[in-house]
Amino acid sequence: MAITRDSEIHTRRFSRNAGLGVVLLGFVAIVFGLTVVKVERGNKLEGFDHQPRVSALPAEPTSAAPAKTEVAK
Amino acid sequence: MSDIGYIQQDNEARFGDYIALLKPRVMSLVVFTAFVGLVVAPNPVHPFVGFVAILFIALGGGASGALNMWYDADIDRIMRRTRNRPIPAGRVSEREALGFGLALSGISCVMLALATNIFAGLFLAFTIFFYVVVYTMWLKRATPQNIVIGGAAGAFPPMIGWAVATGGISIESVAMFLLVFLWTPPHFWSLALFMKADYDEAKVPMLTSTHGRRVTRKNILAYALVLAPLAVGIGFTSIGGPLYFATAIVMNALFIKGAIEIHGRSEVQAEADKYAVEKRFFYFSLIYLFAHFLALLAEAGLSYLGLGVW
Repeated sequence: MAITRDSEIHTRRFSRNAGLGVVLLGFVAIVFGLTVVKVERGNKLEGFDHQPRVSALPAEPTSAAPAKTEVAK
Repeated sequence: MSDIGYIQQDNEARFGDYIALLKPRVMSLVVFTAFVGLVVAPNPVHPFVGFVAILFIALGGGASGALNMWYDADIDRIMRRTRNRPIPAGRVSEREALGFGLALSGISCVMLALATNIFAGLFLAFTIFFYVVVYTMWLKRATPQNIVIGGAAGAFPPMIGWAVATGGISIESVAMFLLVFLWTPPHFWSLALFMKADYDEAKVPMLTSTHGRRVTRKNILAYALVLAPLAVGIGFTSIGGPLYFATAIVMNALFIKGAIEIHGRSEVQAEADKYAVEKRFFYFSLIYLFAHFLALLAEAGLSYLGLGVW
């Protein structure tokens, strides 16, 4: 048997390997797709992790509120 | 690893054997009911998130199927119907199926929780636990009520679908649960009436052998009578409507009619026409469930178009 030719095991296992390849690529596509959807929806990406951070605080109301009170003065 | 060990293994697992471990036919029911549960929920779900959610609910269902086949391999070797499954046929080892099932359970629950919400992920984990531990390991071989308990596991998917959209449980999702839950016993017992013997050999207590066929027929009618008001009652919840209501009335009338026919027959009569009535009832029960969920889907579509009545 020439060294370049596939052993019989390789041909026998081809369906398993090809199938697993497709499944893994599909999984990558799903995680990527979920990332796109979640970023586009603008959900909070960071959860609370024991101390408050600017990036984990709700953005709009707190930054808008002080500006309004200054106008009122 | 040397080649020698592989020489006489002509029954090595192919990709399809791993798919078979996931019980694709059971999965199709899971996909459909979970999809309906997700769509009829009041909160809209992003289509891609919805697709991913259904996919991982199905994968979780498949994983519990693999764990079920791992635990039940000894029964599957005995019963003719299941002798060709991957484990009894020797293509996949039991430990491999266990690892496969556990890994997929973990992946599906974590991915569902990350893609949608923690509650849905936990609910899927609970469903897998319920099917594998409570049903397969604990009650299937212990009580003739096994079908009833197993039905509960099969009835969770629409609730998970609902939880994906809403993050919780409500009267509508419990109603969908009960619809599948109460439908399962008459569905399977009618099958048990014409699929004889196999379960006895495997020592699985089926109602037909522990309490006799007479009692089984009685139970089919009893469940059909309890199921009907619930199925029709869903028509008055927020997910129902006139179309569903009409479907439920017709379907349940036919279902009860079939159950009464089954109840009225003796074994001699059934033997005489080779269980024609029981077989017809079994296939009709599939249409019955499909029609109810399809009607719920149609109601959701109508209200989306602004044509919902209530």
